[in-house]
Amino acid sequence: MNYLNASCVISHQRIRKDEIMILENNEGDLPAFLGAVYAHFDFQYPKFYKMDTLSKLGWLAAELLLQDGFPKSQYAPENIGVILSNANASLDTDLKYWETVKTMPSPALFVYTLPNIVAGEIAIRHQFKGENAFFISPTFDAGTLHWYTNDLLDNGRLAACICGWVEELDNRGVAALFLVEKERRGAGIPFNEAAIQRIFAGDNE
Amino acid sequence: MPEVYIVSDNIVSPLGSGTAENFGQLTAGVSGIRRQVAPEFSDKPFYASLMNGTFTARLYTKFEQLLLMSISGALQNSRIDPGDPRTILIISTTKGNIQMLETQAYSPELKERISLMTSARMVGEHLGFVQTPIVVSNACISGLLAIITGTRLLQSGKYTHAVIAGADIVSKFILSGFQSFLAVSSEPCRPFDLNRDGISLGEGAGTMVLSTAREYPGRIRVLGGATGNDANHISGPSRTGKELSAVVDRAIGESGLDKTDIDFISAHGTATPYNDEMEARAIAHSGLLGVPVHSLKGYYGHTFGAAGIIESIVAVESLRRDCLIPSKGFVELGVSQPIHIIDHVSRTPLHNCLKTASGFGGCNAAVVFGKTFAP
Repeated sequence: MNYLNASCVISHQRIRKDEIMILENNEGDLPAFLGAVYAHFDFQYPKFYKMDTLSKLGWLAAELLLQDGFPKSQYAPENIGVILSNANASLDTDLKYWETVKTMPSPALFVYTLPNIVAGEIAIRHQFKGENAFFISPTFDAGTLHWYTNDLLDNGRLAACICGWVEELDNRGVAALFLVEKERRGAGIPFNEAAIQRIFAGDNE
Repeated sequence: MPEVYIVSDNIVSPLGSGTAENFGQLTAGVSGIRRQVAPEFSDKPFYASLMNGTFTARLYTKFEQLLLMSISGALQNSRIDPGDPRTILIISTTKGNIQMLETQAYSPELKERISLMTSARMVGEHLGFVQTPIVVSNACISGLLAIITGTRLLQSGKYTHAVIAGADIVSKFILSGFQSFLAVSSEPCRPFDLNRDGISLGEGAGTMVLSTAREYPGRIRVLGGATGNDANHISGPSRTGKELSAVVDRAIGESGLDKTDIDFISAHGTATPYNDEMEARAIAHSGLLGVPVHSLKGYYGHTFGAAGIIESIVAVESLRRDCLIPSKGFVELGVSQPIHIIDHVSRTPLHNCLKTASGFGGCNAAVVFGKTFAP
């Protein structure tokens, strides 16, 4: 048995941490909202400003997910993994990069034309060096995410894992990240498909 | 856990159709990389390994046709039934149909058509798969990650057979991006060479069919696999190679083999200065300096989401034929560690090999393939 020790869902310009609303801000478009979240929580990470929208969304969700007591120092960096998924890969940034090709192709945008870059940004920020995977599914696939993450923990490949969904396109974004560990902490609940489906759906009806 | 056998495979590339034809070209030293004059991709000539012929089918794009050709080629040589609910299709790609952005305005229809899952479903349905495909898109480790995912799915008992297919095609989108990074070689790429100056792009598809069914004992197996992250930089590799080394050590550990059991390494070897140096350091750090190494990028170019699968198939064919393939484009060692680059075709008994890959986002992957496992 593995445990879901924290969750963070950013969607429709609301943020829920462990299923409790912690911020609501209906002003501005998605990039403006993400900038406001960064400012609201007084994060200090200048690289944030270089990121594309998908990475900003995932980075913020990971930052909030891991606040309050994630015992990172208990784990070797190689034992913490990042397993993510979404529907439209990096299409928003692909479109923005392609606009630059018409004049001067932007290497700074091109590097973000892969969906797993957000996992890399989270890994860099928190020094997570364990297993990585990025899956594409048309909608949130709780079954595959749950199975894959459980398999990594059950077979000793990881001791802790961030798993979830990070999607943004057409000025709409949803990040739903889950912190799964072998040990239960605080208000942790058993990690199962129904739990992550419920938390994801709770804010995406 | 059940043993995972490689029961069939196929490569569709500029070097030919089918694993045997491709392997014949590699042993003959033939490369698919040519000087290309293609204004639709680039104002100036560039070196790349491109598919010959035109892809005119209206329903399926070139990317999807490559997948269809490779998967049906692999299935023809096996008794695996795509209609069996115990069979899962896993698709690996980095950019899929991204070239559609170049000629079509963004719309809800384009968003649906360009999505990787749309291609995977169309390919799966055409070939009669009943399970919804799994799509992996994790930069240049996608192919190895797909093999690792398939292996874990089979070991867990969720499925009995896994058809793992990867493809990517060259587009102006991708070429312009690597040109903007000044990462495209001015000649056919030269992995690990002193004068290497970047990648050559390539296109193609590969399919590897895995099974835990009892009728395949004696086939070459997937013995272990692992992935990880440098946690260092999104577009530059680790300076030390320690993170790739840790992934290699985990994959070999999972295989149950000793490092001395590894007969050769099929490296990622993109021929960028930093990647190849990082890999050499990782090989040294893992204590594998004496093991023969090649990169196949000098033959195929970098085929991105297909690379891990095509290069794994060649590695497995090397094991079957006891034949080492040289690293094309290599003349003089250009990395800090004295790695042993394979420089000629040689026939020698081979039992186990290591395949590695690394990509943007700091990701690394390694898989061990082998003939036997005696604990």
